[in-house]
Amino acid sequence: MTTTATSPAEAGEGRAVGKNSPGAAGGQGRRPGRIRRIGLPYLLLLPALVLELLVHLVPMVMGIVMSFRELTQFYIREWSTAPWAGFDNFKIAVDFDAPVGQAMLHSFLVTCLFTVASVGLCWVIGTAAAVFMQETFAGRGILRAIFLIPYALPVYAAVITWVFMFQHDNGLVNHVLHDQLGVTDKPSFWLIGDNSFYALLTVSVWKGWPFAFLIVMAGLQNIPKEMYEAAALDGAGLWQQLRRITLPSLRPVNQVLVLVLFLWTFNDFNTPYVMFGKAAPKAADLVSVHIYQSSFVTWNFGTGSAMSVLLLLFLLVVTGVYLVITSRGSRGRKTADV
Amino acid sequence: MSDTSVRHRSPMAAPRSFLWGRRVFLTLLTVFVLLPVFVMVSSSLKPLQDVQGEFHWIPSSLTIRPYIDIWSTVPLATYFTNSVIVAGAATVCSVIIAVFAAYAVSRYRFRGKRVFTVTVLSTQMLPGILFLLPLFLIYVNIGNATGIALFGSRGGLILTYMTFTLPFSIWMLIGYFESVPRDLDEAALVDGCGPLGALFRIIVPAAIPGIVAVAVYSFMTAWGEVLFASVMTNEQTRTLSVGLGAYANLNDVYWNQIMAASLVVSVPVVAGFLLLQRYLVTGLTAGAVK
Repeated sequence: MTTTATSPAEAGEGRAVGKNSPGAAGGQGRRPGRIRRIGLPYLLLLPALVLELLVHLVPMVMGIVMSFRELTQFYIREWSTAPWAGFDNFKIAVDFDAPVGQAMLHSFLVTCLFTVASVGLCWVIGTAAAVFMQETFAGRGILRAIFLIPYALPVYAAVITWVFMFQHDNGLVNHVLHDQLGVTDKPSFWLIGDNSFYALLTVSVWKGWPFAFLIVMAGLQNIPKEMYEAAALDGAGLWQQLRRITLPSLRPVNQVLVLVLFLWTFNDFNTPYVMFGKAAPKAADLVSVHIYQSSFVTWNFGTGSAMSVLLLLFLLVVTGVYLVITSRGSRGRKTADV
Repeated sequence: MSDTSVRHRSPMAAPRSFLWGRRVFLTLLTVFVLLPVFVMVSSSLKPLQDVQGEFHWIPSSLTIRPYIDIWSTVPLATYFTNSVIVAGAATVCSVIIAVFAAYAVSRYRFRGKRVFTVTVLSTQMLPGILFLLPLFLIYVNIGNATGIALFGSRGGLILTYMTFTLPFSIWMLIGYFESVPRDLDEAALVDGCGPLGALFRIIVPAAIPGIVAVAVYSFMTAWGEVLFASVMTNEQTRTLSVGLGAYANLNDVYWNQIMAASLVVSVPVVAGFLLLQRYLVTGLTAGAVK
């Protein structure tokens, strides 16, 4: 992650130094040129800064303020008049003995389990597909295009099709599992009860693995062919080449990939919402939908905001810890990679 | 970065077990990927009683009726127009703004540059639900105070879509602009071009594939967005992502029509994506792999 976050910026700064010198040394217009240059970047950034402020920073600050207020439906028209609540909203959100806190904790744990399972499967399938498609073979290009379809389809169109497939009476899944293969005794319910977790996981993996595939495929391109040739000469089999060359070389790519997949899956709202609507079954009650439900269905914006802030803190901590662990690990490896 | 298709690993023949493993794995994966596509296409051509009863792989009879009925069962055309306007406007605005920002970041050195890029990157990672609540209340309050109806309007929705299209566009365009050789615009500057001249005459034309890719990708994400659309729209401004749900709220669930409508809304973006996938994939992966 650190590599992505910094490399374009640093590369830019590094090259910008060299860039400025010929322009500045361009003779007579040295002084005015330089003055204009200093203001120019900010001028170029101004529209982006204003919009970032408008859509990200102001709402974020407001969200934090809201979480300290007693914001119910009575105060929506004038949220600034809502009474100050101190840490009450947070207390409600994390009071695991009361129903609200209990539901929040449950939803959080479900989301963690779901995210780990989904990211793991996406990574394994994506990596396997990329490795299998590293060499050219007939139909490879077509296959690659096919594999990108889940990624390109609009979420609701894809997810609603899966909902149809998971229908109890007229769905494909029960038809195959029960009528054709006889795996289950009777048709199962997939969109309610405990099975909903697996249904959601299936859809999430279906949608998510092509991204892993793309990134790993791009990463594979950067491994020099000579390394494989040398390994093959030394008698290393395909499996050993995978373990000794491919996976270690992919490590920096995987660090970014896993973090991005984690954040996307953890924050995903679209998939569970299209699958289950406003009230997801308990087994598939992901945090995003849960917060949405607490805010827009029960109209308790204060608690909803507190939950959002807690979610933000959690994501910051996880991302921070992850970055520290991976950057510490990769520092020693950097030299080996180059 | 070169395209994946030119890359092949070793001239040596792989063992048979590897080839068979590959065949089995890739076949299963293809089936998994295409299953919903098959269901979408085949069910959209089935008569209603076919999709209401037990599932059948082969339709009992083919009909294009669902493709005609989708437009009258729910106001699909309105939803379609709304989606085009909202996703289109969000894309155009964010790409234009991002071109300037990315130019500044990729070509100039200034105080606060790292803070800016890191902020942009991190906002891209935050859950939409975090911004939904405050933006909702801001819009409601602005509406009450000034009478400007942001809440429920397309304009308001476009603005909320910027929460994800803008950081993405800025981030991707920085990557693309970095890949344009500096000598090109330096030469233009030396030849008396202004900074904006260098941007529009040299960098933008050179990065056109990247800019198109970023635009397509932003459009795709906005086209598929559900969270903001489900809260920030009303009857008139509803987009496809929410509108498709309307088919299921009727007494009968017209699955054949839902599948037909899904296909209709998917075709433009999937076609665009597959046509431009080469550029998209390069751009998308450049940042991660660098």
